[in-house]
Amino acid sequence: MTTQTAIQLVYLASTVLFILSLKWMSHPSTARRSVVAGSLAMLFAIGGTLLYPEIVGYQWVVVGIVVGTALGVPLSRVPLTAVPQRTALSHAFGGLAAGLVGTAKYYLWLQQHQLTSFRTGAIVAEIILGFLSFTGSLMAAGKLQEIIPTRPITYRGQNMINLVLFVGAVIIGVLLVIDPEQSFFFPIIIGFSLLFGILLIIPIGGADMPTVIAILNSYAGLSAVAMGFVLENNLLIAAGALDGSSGLILALIMSKAMNRSFKNVLFGAFGKVHASAAQAELASIKSTSTEEGAQILGSAGSVIIVPGYGMAVAQAQHGVHDLYVELSKLGADVKFAIHPVAGRMPGHMNVLLAEAEIPYDRLIEMDVINPDFPQTDVALVIGANDVVNPAARHDKSSPIYGMPILDADRAKTVIVIKRSMNPGFAGIENELFYKDNTLMLFGDAKTMIGGLVRELEKENK
Amino acid sequence: MTMDLIMLVFVFVLATFIGIEVIKNVSRLLHTPLMSLTNAISAIAAVGSIIIAGEQITDFSTVLGTIALAASMTNIVSGFLLTNRMLKMFKKREDKKK
Repeated sequence: MTTQTAIQLVYLASTVLFILSLKWMSHPSTARRSVVAGSLAMLFAIGGTLLYPEIVGYQWVVVGIVVGTALGVPLSRVPLTAVPQRTALSHAFGGLAAGLVGTAKYYLWLQQHQLTSFRTGAIVAEIILGFLSFTGSLMAAGKLQEIIPTRPITYRGQNMINLVLFVGAVIIGVLLVIDPEQSFFFPIIIGFSLLFGILLIIPIGGADMPTVIAILNSYAGLSAVAMGFVLENNLLIAAGALDGSSGLILALIMSKAMNRSFKNVLFGAFGKVHASAAQAELASIKSTSTEEGAQILGSAGSVIIVPGYGMAVAQAQHGVHDLYVELSKLGADVKFAIHPVAGRMPGHMNVLLAEAEIPYDRLIEMDVINPDFPQTDVALVIGANDVVNPAARHDKSSPIYGMPILDADRAKTVIVIKRSMNPGFAGIENELFYKDNTLMLFGDAKTMIGGLVRELEKENK
Repeated sequence: MTMDLIMLVFVFVLATFIGIEVIKNVSRLLHTPLMSLTNAISAIAAVGSIIIAGEQITDFSTVLGTIALAASMTNIVSGFLLTNRMLKMFKKREDKKK
């Protein structure tokens, strides 16, 4: 067996393990195996690559591995609220790696006069995708970390400028494919792609981050695919394609959950606040106390908790766990309603609640739990806003019209814990707060939950 | 050359279809761990980086390859460790009762 055959067989085993790794993510009970299969797959991939006869020295490979491991370990220990930023940063690293390998390969082949049109085309695709994912993801990470303002930054002719940059990069790329030795084009494409990545993410508001992260995930995967075409390597193409399709599906789920098209997310800045009609009804707000709230909750047979990102910001998830325990002790059936875009990346809320030791079979997704609301005694909304706004169902003038929501308003009683009457992320007035069956509990989520738990503990004694 | 190219496209198309089918079945509970897992998987770019950093043809390509490898390796290590850390948190009710 030649070395080349051995490498390809190891790569095949690696590909199979990558697919199994993703397959086992279908259920929490098999998911731990995913990590084992995935790590093994990566070990095979790296091990197989080290067999390449072209490799003349391992010193720089070792340097890269050591530096990467040193950076990777602390990045895996971030608090769970910071996982979206870490994920965006990771897409940036992925894009950077693809862009740099493409650049290195172009100049190597240029020197050796081995640039074919096909190779150049693949390299152009790789560097455009790689470098735009790099700066785009850095911008997204900056917004999530709130180093860069999270509100959409818009200016006149924005879409035009972006279009010109992208089309410009592609046209110059085509010129380079026609004559691959025109190397002065190459840095221009890199510059355009880097700039395009920044300008693409600047107008996107915080509320759209779950979709954007998923799209960038897809781009990072596709840049690995392009690298696979450059190096004519099946493993890179297969693993990159798995990643690309994963990002694509998550992006589709996210945009569907917000009732927005990709085009809308990427080219139409959100958060242009419409004047609200609900203002006139301000008088009809009913506020309550933790004592009264605890009484209502304590006598409820069924409770659905609707957590939003506000809960995580207030670090109230552990208090919510205690509340879950106390209510369960009183005999109530307690469930959690999870909107697909709750949190700042796909599935974020589930992880935050799992960390607070809430059993995952209590976390119910939107389509499954919505029919339960009318039979539910109390819906407790904690730091969620737009995802429970009934205007999405009927108010055609509302910017969130058509977005699927959790039907918390249909529960017999709704208790909303909220810091103040300030509108949420998207700046939209929420008519749920004015409904007859809604009680508002104004205050910090952590303090309010703590108060409810103390009252319920008294009853449990 | 053309045959090779077709084989590459072949792999890409099939892998995309497998990816879509497999990802569709991923539990919605696990979308965040899925993303950190795919972060690690897309760091397969390490394969290309190792070749460039190991060939050592020019100083320029070696430097770029080494940086690319460090970036990929960061994703591999943090991706798998973080996925594992998050998955450990998902417990059923039975696990909690002693």
